[in-house]
Amino acid sequence: MSMKCDLVVVGAGPGGSMTAKTAAQAGLKVVLLEKRQEIGDPVRCAEGVGKRALCEMVKPEPEWIAAEVKGAKIYAPDGTSIVMSEDKSGSEVGYVLERKVFDRALAMQAAEAGAKVMVKTRALGLLKKDGVPCGVSAMRVGEPLQIEAPIVIGADGVESKVGRWAGIDTALKLKDMETCAQFLVQDNTIDDEYTEFFLGNSIAPAGYAWAFPKGEKLANVGLGVLGTRSKPGEATRLLKDFVKARYPNGKVLEMVVGGDPCAGQIESTTSDGVMLVGDAARQTDPLTGGGILSAMQAGIMAGEVASKALTAGDVSKAGLKEYEDRWREDIGKHLTRSYEFKEFFVKMTDDDLNQLLGSLKKEDISKMDLRGMLRVLFRLNPKLLWELRHLVV
Amino acid sequence: MLTVNRYKCCYCGACVGVCPTCALELVETFIEVSPDCKECGICTKICPVGALEVKA
Repeated sequence: MSMKCDLVVVGAGPGGSMTAKTAAQAGLKVVLLEKRQEIGDPVRCAEGVGKRALCEMVKPEPEWIAAEVKGAKIYAPDGTSIVMSEDKSGSEVGYVLERKVFDRALAMQAAEAGAKVMVKTRALGLLKKDGVPCGVSAMRVGEPLQIEAPIVIGADGVESKVGRWAGIDTALKLKDMETCAQFLVQDNTIDDEYTEFFLGNSIAPAGYAWAFPKGEKLANVGLGVLGTRSKPGEATRLLKDFVKARYPNGKVLEMVVGGDPCAGQIESTTSDGVMLVGDAARQTDPLTGGGILSAMQAGIMAGEVASKALTAGDVSKAGLKEYEDRWREDIGKHLTRSYEFKEFFVKMTDDDLNQLLGSLKKEDISKMDLRGMLRVLFRLNPKLLWELRHLVV
Repeated sequence: MLTVNRYKCCYCGACVGVCPTCALELVETFIEVSPDCKECGICTKICPVGALEVKA
């Protein structure tokens, strides 16, 4: 079987659905592919997201917000904690989503805008004409399907193939990937009002553990370990230890695992007739691991650029350059800065972390944003943070 | 050869993202290994559940 459209989007996560929705609203004939039977399931996410940035893109619906938090608590290895308020703590704090519902709602918005959604349909490769991509070959419920389209969007997540098929090297090095495990934990000691972050090399080597509330006495409790510090099965093993120590009576209701890119800006996210969006473009924040918002933002940009490029009749890499420029100007700058922090953070010993968080104990940081806090940290710990001095402005 | 313990695998696709030869594929609920696999073992380290193993 074969079909034709203007734009085929591979992957119906937040990035793919926003691309499809934006392009469909601009009048493009869009096909949105999802290899799984169900959109949004199984989840591979801690589900934390910044309130303000999310609301700028979509109207929040109560069905897909599991919890709303007041702020973030960060714990040093020695147990010292600091508290940051919600509006200052950045893009991973504010709402905790129900991704299973959220992802499907976004796909539904794309469908309402006119996109054709096809589930259990897996892209197998790019169709090419004179070496230039012109659609995807796919398998739909076990049957072959060809979808011709001048532009292909790779929103196919951490396991992205679209970029690689188009000659873009998106393979992640172990130092640029966190391996993560998470349990949905029910326990009376869970803090329903704050997202919690736990630092320490014995808890999560070169990563951190988290507890994101998901409703009454329920939380996503997980951790990430840097690939270079991991062994087979390490993330799950460490998580079991953490949950046993922190929530000895906690009940585990769900298990989630996944890899989180922390690579910073990759060299290219476009080629002739191809754009990459979200985790596929490695647009995840390298320090926090958050990627929902940047995927959605990039998706909107890709949808707009696709529409312009088709109107202009140039879908070559040069014709898609606006996408590359726009996301790098915005998301990209943040990724680069965050990557430098991550590269520094992963070298820190527990003593360093204790000293840093301990130094803030006598300071009033409740009204500070991350940058303000960093400035204070630098003033109090100039020697330890010397390498980061160019980032403190 | 690289083996995938499908009883352990949670089909997250982390291994696919780090494979330098593009030899792995996540097909909904299982991992496929292609002949391009060089048995480098990088994927075994990233697997959060320890489902991958390079066996002699």
